[in-house]
Amino acid sequence: MQLAFKLGSKVKVMDDLEKQAGKVKRIAGPVVGAVGFNEIRLHDMVLVGEAKLVGEVIRLNADQATIQVYEDTSGLRMDEPIYNTGEPLVAHLGPGLMGQIFDGLQRPLTTLAKKEGGFLGRGISESSLAMGKAWDFTPVVKEGDLVTPGTILGTIPETQSIEHRVMVPQGISGRIVEIKTGSFTLKDHVAIVETKNKKHEKVFMEQSWPVRMARPFHKRLDLTEPLVTGKRVIDLLFPIPKGGSAIIPGGFGTGKTVIQQSLARWSEVDVVVYVGCGERGNEMAEVLNELPKLEDRSSGIPLINRTVLIANTSNMPVAAREASIYMGITIGEYYRDMGYDVLMLADSTSRWGEALREVSSRLEEIPGEEGYPAYLASRLAEFYERAGHVSCLDTVHPADEKSEPKEKQKEEREGSISLVGAVSPPGGDFSDPITQSSMRIAGVFWALDYELSRRRHFPAINWTKSFSLVDLSRWFLEEVSDDYEVMVKETENILGREHELQQVVQLIGQDALSDMEREVLLISRILREDLLQQSAIHDVDAFCPLDKSYWMMKVILHFHEAAQEAMKKGVSLQDLDNAQVLQKIARMKELKLDNAVQRLQYLMSDIDTEVSRLGEKMEKSNA
Amino acid sequence: MHEEEQFGQLTTKEFRTVSQIRGPLIFVERVSGVAYDEMVEVVDPAGNTRVGRVLEVDNNVAVIQLFLSTEGLDISRTRVRFTGDVTRLNVSHSMLGRILNGLGKPIDGGPAILPEKLEDINGRPLNPAVRIEPSEFIQTGISAIDGLNSLARGQKLPIFSGSGLPGNELAAQIAAQARVISSKGDQDEPFAVVFAAIGITHRESSYFIEQFRSSGALERTVVFLNHADDPTIERIITPRAALTAAEYLAYEQGLHVLVIMTDITNYCEALRELSVAREELPARRGYPGYMYSDLASLYERAGRIEGHPGSVTQLILLSMPDDDITHPIPDLTGYITEGQIVLNRLMKQKGTYPPIDVLPSLSRLMNAAIGEGHTREDHRSVADQIYAFYAEGRDLEKLVTIIGEGSLSEQDRRVLEFSKRFEKEYVGQGHSNRTIQETLDLSWDMLSEIPAQYLKRIPEEYIRRYYKK
Repeated sequence: MQLAFKLGSKVKVMDDLEKQAGKVKRIAGPVVGAVGFNEIRLHDMVLVGEAKLVGEVIRLNADQATIQVYEDTSGLRMDEPIYNTGEPLVAHLGPGLMGQIFDGLQRPLTTLAKKEGGFLGRGISESSLAMGKAWDFTPVVKEGDLVTPGTILGTIPETQSIEHRVMVPQGISGRIVEIKTGSFTLKDHVAIVETKNKKHEKVFMEQSWPVRMARPFHKRLDLTEPLVTGKRVIDLLFPIPKGGSAIIPGGFGTGKTVIQQSLARWSEVDVVVYVGCGERGNEMAEVLNELPKLEDRSSGIPLINRTVLIANTSNMPVAAREASIYMGITIGEYYRDMGYDVLMLADSTSRWGEALREVSSRLEEIPGEEGYPAYLASRLAEFYERAGHVSCLDTVHPADEKSEPKEKQKEEREGSISLVGAVSPPGGDFSDPITQSSMRIAGVFWALDYELSRRRHFPAINWTKSFSLVDLSRWFLEEVSDDYEVMVKETENILGREHELQQVVQLIGQDALSDMEREVLLISRILREDLLQQSAIHDVDAFCPLDKSYWMMKVILHFHEAAQEAMKKGVSLQDLDNAQVLQKIARMKELKLDNAVQRLQYLMSDIDTEVSRLGEKMEKSNA
Repeated sequence: MHEEEQFGQLTTKEFRTVSQIRGPLIFVERVSGVAYDEMVEVVDPAGNTRVGRVLEVDNNVAVIQLFLSTEGLDISRTRVRFTGDVTRLNVSHSMLGRILNGLGKPIDGGPAILPEKLEDINGRPLNPAVRIEPSEFIQTGISAIDGLNSLARGQKLPIFSGSGLPGNELAAQIAAQARVISSKGDQDEPFAVVFAAIGITHRESSYFIEQFRSSGALERTVVFLNHADDPTIERIITPRAALTAAEYLAYEQGLHVLVIMTDITNYCEALRELSVAREELPARRGYPGYMYSDLASLYERAGRIEGHPGSVTQLILLSMPDDDITHPIPDLTGYITEGQIVLNRLMKQKGTYPPIDVLPSLSRLMNAAIGEGHTREDHRSVADQIYAFYAEGRDLEKLVTIIGEGSLSEQDRRVLEFSKRFEKEYVGQGHSNRTIQETLDLSWDMLSEIPAQYLKRIPEEYIRRYYKK
């Protein structure tokens, strides 16, 4: 008996199946116990039962193998065969990933829908990438060139916005003996490399990589540049660097998904990988429906061209949720290796942790905190540490005495992958193990707040609990303005003062405050409502570029300064509260981007004019 | 020890090797070829058949969960028949107007359901790539929902109620008043209601049935009844059977189906009971760790699919134990559903009906279902403005109880007034049925009491168009 199954581009044929097959001996939900394998390794991918459900070996004990099955095991029988593919779970990487929606095992959902209809079937029946599609390959190396893993052989226009760079896969290095130009499918090789021992290796446009292993790079680089998200509260107060990681914990309804979705839309990165892990199907439908219509701000190209979606909704098999996160980050790393800035969004990592807990409990492992396995924190750390800003492989050639002098100087290639994980703590309580473990690793923490969301203050990022540990002040100093840091400090300061003053007001009322203190309350209110609050759906306000954010902050602080000066001269708070410029400040958000900065600069002088007029008026009435 | 029979293509195996009976679970030894999740029939010594399913198989021992009680079973004479197939439900268009028990068997004295199809009650996961984003506005006639937390066709929206709160009353009112409003104005689309009573009292279920009868919807309704005195474990099946019927009516028969499930808290307790019987490690408050996934396998069966005319919309009722919204049942539900309507005991005590607390309430699909072409262009910003003022008003209310109204500014006073009127008139509408236009008009009526410069959430053009002064 022979079994042929598709693994990406390659059709793997296994002979003598009976000899290699094990037998099902135990079924408990997604966990299957098996015996009778001749050869089996940890993390081998297996095909379970007649339906060939995809599974992975997660424990070996004498002749017993324990398998985590990524699909629904209903109907699976005792003694059905299990086939070992002898390979780990891999991601298939090549042109055609962009704009696609996959499940956690990288099954192409759109293709499956055409074939199977609205409901998902089981087993692998479609390859992840369209094998028959022809791509235009333009080489950038020529015959005789020396190449190593990571060297770019040529480029493919994958979408309007992404140039796909075909790289030499791991394990192959040597001299190019053949390089092709023209239109090819993923089944055709585009180059042949002669290795040191004179072996000829074909290189395809597609390669595969085990999802649980981080893809290699040359070296880590410092995190120096912010990832501009277009959300004022993030960019100004709690910026995330390119290559950094952030977590967004929040109870239900605090707006995790809305923030994730607007990051997917407006972040200034080249590639976005969006992983819907154990979340709502209708939300994925929303993203899918919207991305082809939304255009990139600078290029005008629909955003779907730079996005890969991975959907493992809450009703899809639990174990595949666990795989979906790794699938997403592996695809992200692949584009990072081409030299792109990648943003990976995972919504929500709590569902991934719960999948881990469920499998762990079926394995009857001794539980750690809240029933989560003891290795939860180390798994989370492994995952978040896959974020980074790196110099890619191939930027430096290994010194090889026998090699001929380099024909051209390689240019430095840098890429980054930033990671934003949503966390859904039970009852919105941040003491839960997943929030706590993630917090220790991620450098940026955006705490979502019930109170803010209930009053529809979005994004509901609490400015007293959130933090960003990464110091990007140098970049802001050079790229935005030299008073940037001072402004941010002042803003934080006023918001902090408000917090204290509010406590006094709660106890004994506003009357107990001095006018100067009330002025602080007025400014902090303006900061909250007119700066930090931001609509996710308004045409103009949904994305706020850094310079506009900066000037908005500056305008408010300028008013603060002017008001304090005026009050010292005796202008009443009442008059300042009724100032006309406050109307304009309230509408700053709606200023169109093309001349927003100019208009905000005008507003600065409007403030001076009006406040000094208030001063004159007061002097007159005194006189 | 076992016999095999051929039933068509299905092979049925029968065993008499029961070794243990524990709560709802039966352990059968020396079985072979048993499938996970397979349906079993257990024949008791008196010759009656009860159904169940395979929960786990380990070597030659199968663990079976019965959907009825295990009372009257014994070890030596009980026979267990493995059917070779998963649990299925007979579905048919003729289910409409019928009253069935929690397992889908008629209890209204009428004839058996003539099956048009036999469907797996677990359903299959919908491919997210073929879902249509819900965007058709459903007018429920209730301002706190239509105006601030709009419901869309294909949405799943729970009502977080509590003992003594009128959750069921509200659900019945929505079922009677719900209309789809669209630019085309097509209101005569074929609809159906699937009602799943999960462990509720006879009084509650007859209230619902009476409501369906008086609104004339009963003949378009399928009722699944599992009462408080019916077997607990049957509750695991009831919502699944109901959703299977709903999916058939929606996707095969093209109906727009509103599924009402009440009370999910009873379902979760049955789940916990089963989990305890299996000696599983509990997560929070003794509920199993997989409760999120389990609830999702119910709630995610709402939606619309490309190429199918019908839809499944879910209205889910649950009682928050001790009005605690952080209890695992409302908490996990809130993480799966597309929003929630939260009822408030204080408002009930003040005599407000419906006592909807809009601050913790939310509809995630609202934005796609409102605005120009759906309701009105100012809808979103009006809702935001009302929320902002009401939240502020509630804070002021607290402040006033401590320090009196004396220290309030003029604007504070206006906001406080607004929030009182909002609770009384806008939310507390009684049993009236308001159109969305009426709701929006009332909103502007209230907002116009506040000087326009404070309406920061509303774009100037809408203020010019709708502000009443």
